[in-house]
Amino acid sequence: MVYARLVLMRLFKAVIVLFLIVIFNFLLIQMAPGDPAAILAGEAGAADQEFLDQLRERFGLDQPMYVQLWRYVSGIAMLDFGYSYRLGVPVFDLIMDRLPATLLLTGTAFVLSLVLGIVAGSMAAARVKKPSGSLIMALALVFYATPLFWVALMSVVVFSVYLGWLPAYGLYTVGAGHTGFALVLDVAKHLVLPATTLALFFMAIYTRMTRTSMLDAAQQDYVKTARAKGLKPGTIQRRHVLRNALLPIITLAGLQAGQMVGGAILTETVFAWPGIGRLMFEALQQRDYNLLLGIFFFSAALVIVFNIITDVVYRLADPRIKGAS
Amino acid sequence: MKTPLALAITAAALALSTAATAQEPQRGGTIDTIIQPEPPGLVLGMIQNAPTRTVAGNIYEGLLRYTTDLEPMPQLAESWEVSDDGRTYTFHLREDVTWHDGEPFTADDVVFSADVFHRELNPSARAVLQHVESIEATDDHTVVFTLTEPFGPFLISFEAGTFTMVPEHLYAGTDFRNNEHNDHPIGTGPFKFANWERGTVIELVKNDDYYEEGLPYLDGVNWHVIPDGGSRAVAFENGTIDVLPSGTVENFDIPRLSAMDNVCMTEEGHEYFSPFAMLWMNNREGPTADKRFRQAVMYAMDREFAKDVLWNGLGNVPLSAFGSNARFQHDDLEPYDHNPERARELLDEMGYDGEEITILPLPYGETWTRWAEAVQQNLREVGINVSTQATDVGGWNQRLGDWDYDLAFTYLYQYGDPALGISRTYLSDNIAKGSPWNNVEGYENERVDELFNAAATAFPDEEREALYLEVQEILHEDVPVGWLMELGFPTLYRCDVKNLVTSGVGVNDGFKDAWLDR
Repeated sequence: MVYARLVLMRLFKAVIVLFLIVIFNFLLIQMAPGDPAAILAGEAGAADQEFLDQLRERFGLDQPMYVQLWRYVSGIAMLDFGYSYRLGVPVFDLIMDRLPATLLLTGTAFVLSLVLGIVAGSMAAARVKKPSGSLIMALALVFYATPLFWVALMSVVVFSVYLGWLPAYGLYTVGAGHTGFALVLDVAKHLVLPATTLALFFMAIYTRMTRTSMLDAAQQDYVKTARAKGLKPGTIQRRHVLRNALLPIITLAGLQAGQMVGGAILTETVFAWPGIGRLMFEALQQRDYNLLLGIFFFSAALVIVFNIITDVVYRLADPRIKGAS
Repeated sequence: MKTPLALAITAAALALSTAATAQEPQRGGTIDTIIQPEPPGLVLGMIQNAPTRTVAGNIYEGLLRYTTDLEPMPQLAESWEVSDDGRTYTFHLREDVTWHDGEPFTADDVVFSADVFHRELNPSARAVLQHVESIEATDDHTVVFTLTEPFGPFLISFEAGTFTMVPEHLYAGTDFRNNEHNDHPIGTGPFKFANWERGTVIELVKNDDYYEEGLPYLDGVNWHVIPDGGSRAVAFENGTIDVLPSGTVENFDIPRLSAMDNVCMTEEGHEYFSPFAMLWMNNREGPTADKRFRQAVMYAMDREFAKDVLWNGLGNVPLSAFGSNARFQHDDLEPYDHNPERARELLDEMGYDGEEITILPLPYGETWTRWAEAVQQNLREVGINVSTQATDVGGWNQRLGDWDYDLAFTYLYQYGDPALGISRTYLSDNIAKGSPWNNVEGYENERVDELFNAAATAFPDEEREALYLEVQEILHEDVPVGWLMELGFPTLYRCDVKNLVTSGVGVNDGFKDAWLDR
């Protein structure tokens, strides 16, 4: 009941925030240099005035800005995101077409980084001042500091060029005609390198954060009490230290989850993963504003949704948080 | 020094390879290749950008095809006649051609494509069609084009990408851009559209009913979409990809990839386009408005260095405005060799005061960035105060369309005839804001306008030649733009892919004759 009210309140606010985001994005994009019609004409390598005028009229770019804004906002209100300038396909279809691949990639990376990060962080906290603990932290620091694209390229060089274990790019093997279980296995193989690449950075952050906040929690009185009443060290770590150390990790996980739609541009580009990130990057280069605005909208919506989920999870993890919303 | 054994092995290898070229083509197999960037759609005629041409050139066809010497070959037209006054062109169509949906291809399709479809949608075809008075189907398989006046390049305009034949029965009377068949293009070509997973692959399959006996040999072609240049190189290295069309990997990867076993390279197949890299120089304002400054830039640049280092020695440094594949090239002009001394003299003469100018590199990848750096260094050596400004494609388009630049890189296709690919850069009535492909530099010269306009409609060719030679002399002196290089765009492929490039548009229509020796 408490949760239902919380969620309802938040959803109401979310609608207002989304509305403001739509307007802000629209105005922001108007400020970018580059006219979509000119870019399309440029890509065609030939253009006369008639061609440019046809394009502008089709996209409604010949209208004053407030008319364009009104058309766009009233379209969004009816969940009509318009057509992609370059591809001539409804924006909604394009996004839905790419969304599964992106969610598969970022979702896998999310789970992978969260689980491995917490495990590694707990291990490091339990082994503080031991060489093995320092090794974990050193590795985490390396992953934290290494640029993502470099990791991606190097993992391709090592695992697909030299060792030949894993495919270098794509979502599945083109032309192999796999179905059923074989297809699942094929996609899983293609998923290994991009998901790992994407997971490493967040895994490093989770590791560092888990360790710090667990060491922090371990100083608390209730841990001393637990130890005094004779609980096993493992049980103390899991039940008393880790659970209390989870809050900052939930915050961060909420942030990472919010980036799931648009946060994998580099990885998707290097690994030719047919996801939203690439779509967004191409839309930006082509000044395909409708498409770009559509993707911004979805990303923003997802961030808001995950913020609400994070708030609910806070309350589940720590019953002390109740009012104040 | 080769040992006798090595010589014997070489001889044996040579004998083997000669045997291989003489062998019978094999049927079957699918070729994996790359398309970069992913095209916006595949309906050629509606979309004319390079990636669409490359894929859809195998689905659609034109009336004619062109050899690597740009001589016309029969395609959908099996023969043609030109009247003595150069105004009437009669095409006799093949009678055994069907569209991919089984309908027969007839003269009505040609009239519809040229007179309705292209007039409405296609700027490059429109440029040719403005010389056409009427297009008539005299019977089911004969089409007559009557021109308002002779037009020299008319016969070279029928390439599939420029003058695509589209099916009248599917498009007539519809809203072309929203036609339901745009998602599933129907042509007459050797391959049929099968499937497009956006962001992943475009699959074409063999057209079993193709009218040319026995063709095509391949079962299909898969065009992979890989957005990152490094990843494309890897895909070729590890054997997933058989053919790397030109421009799909960075130039600095080419020596490494071409040195691999079983990898062959060809520069053929770009004669029709013959991409010509140029340096726009703003003729309107700043130091670049002075002819002597522009000449100084030409002398300051070490174009041979750029060719050897950035382009792996491929391509060709032009004398002047006409490239080697354009017709009527003037070969007796004093070359603008690398001559910093001469450049400094010219700058002194004009009294260049060190005003700062900028270069816009072409935002098409690392090679172009490096090229701009090389030119910047050349210009600084002769005392020109120059800096580079990076943009993305959108910004570059905008800056050129608004004439907001001093020097800017570009490259343009030559389309086999000066009236199609070259005059557009220099004609003064082609000055208009908003496009980066017209007379962007703002050059105006009445005599040049007269000569180009007269040459386009002069008849026969000898008349045209005299006019074009004169115009080249004027342009050579005025340097409206910098002529950098005719680009060498190599195609890399596994050596067991045979007969890959058989025309002047290369892999855009090449898979028709290709076969796999596997």
